[in-house]
Amino acid sequence: MINGGTAQALAHIVLATGETPLFQPGERVRVDDRVPIGHYRVPMYLRGKIGTVEAVIQPRGLDNEEEGFGRNAGNKRHYYRVVLPMPDLWPDYPGSPNDTLHIEVFETWLERIA
Amino acid sequence: MHDHDDHAPETAAAEPPGFYEVLETAVRELLVEQGLFEAAEIHRQIDVLDSRTPALGAMVIARAWTDAAFRARLLADGRSACEELGISFYDDTGLIVLENTARVHNLIVCTLCSCYPRPVLGLPPDWYKLKPYRARAVSEPRKVLAEFGTVLPDDVEIRVSDSTAVVRYLVLPLRPAGTENFTEAQLAALVTRDAMIGVVPVRLPEPGDLP
Repeated sequence: MINGGTAQALAHIVLATGETPLFQPGERVRVDDRVPIGHYRVPMYLRGKIGTVEAVIQPRGLDNEEEGFGRNAGNKRHYYRVVLPMPDLWPDYPGSPNDTLHIEVFETWLERIA
Repeated sequence: MHDHDDHAPETAAAEPPGFYEVLETAVRELLVEQGLFEAAEIHRQIDVLDSRTPALGAMVIARAWTDAAFRARLLADGRSACEELGISFYDDTGLIVLENTARVHNLIVCTLCSCYPRPVLGLPPDWYKLKPYRARAVSEPRKVLAEFGTVLPDDVEIRVSDSTAVVRYLVLPLRPAGTENFTEAQLAALVTRDAMIGVVPVRLPEPGDLP
C-alpha cells in the first residue's frame, strides 16, 4: 500500500548522476572526435559524425572502455542507438541515399548539438 | 601435467600448433595452475557455446511468424522474448531484433571485432569475423549483399547495425510467400543463419537445390 506519506517520499527521490539518460530519442548528437590510447569501442569512421538518437538502450551498462582495464565501480551510464545516413559517413557512398547506419554509443562519447 | 582420459579418442594433429594456439594453451594452463579457474569450467563454457546453434534462432523466427503477440514482444525486447522460450543469455548481452519489411532490409556486422548474437545463433561464420566483411558491410553494404546474391532495389532502405558494445542484433526476415500452410517446425527449417545475419532472404527450396 502506498499511503500519502510514502507517495510524498517517492515524489522527492533524487536520482544519481547517470541514472537518467542524458539524451532522448530524436535528439541530434555529435560523436566525439578524440583519439585516446587504450581500449575504445567507437569505430574511427564514426568519430566527429552527427547522428540522431533512435533509442535509449536499457538497462544502463558498464563503460566497457573502463571495464577493459578492470575498473567497474560507479560508471554505469546509458548507451544510445544512434542512426546516421550512410552518405554522411561515406561521401562517395554507392547506394541509396536513404540507407542508414545504426550503432550503439556510450553516453560519454556524445554531445548534444542545437 | 595433464591427466589423460583413457576413454578419449586418440586424435592426431594434422599440423603443429600455430603461434596463437600455443599462446592460448600457455595462458590457459597458467591460469588453471594459479587457481583462477578450473579446467572443468573451461569445458563447461565450451559446452555452453556448442549448445547454441542457428536452430535456436530459427525457432525464434518461426514463432514470430506464427504468433503475433510473441512477435510484438520480440520486437519490443528481444532478450526477454527469447528467454520466454528458454534461451538464456549467458553473456549478459541485450538483443535487439530488427524487422525486415518490404521497405527495409537489415544487415548486422561488428566492425570492431566479432560481436554476434551467440546465445541464439552460436559461433559466427568465419567470413563474419574477417576484415573484408567488417569494413565493407558498413561502407558498401549493397555490394556485399550482391555478392551473397541479394540485390535490392534502391527504394528498399538498407539498415546496417554495427554492434560494438552491450547489444547484439538478430534479423527477423520476411516470411516467404507460399508458406501460409506451413507448420512452425516447417517454417523454422527454412530459416538460415545467413538470413538472420541479413545477407540473404529466407526462400523456399527450389527443385534444383541440394538437400
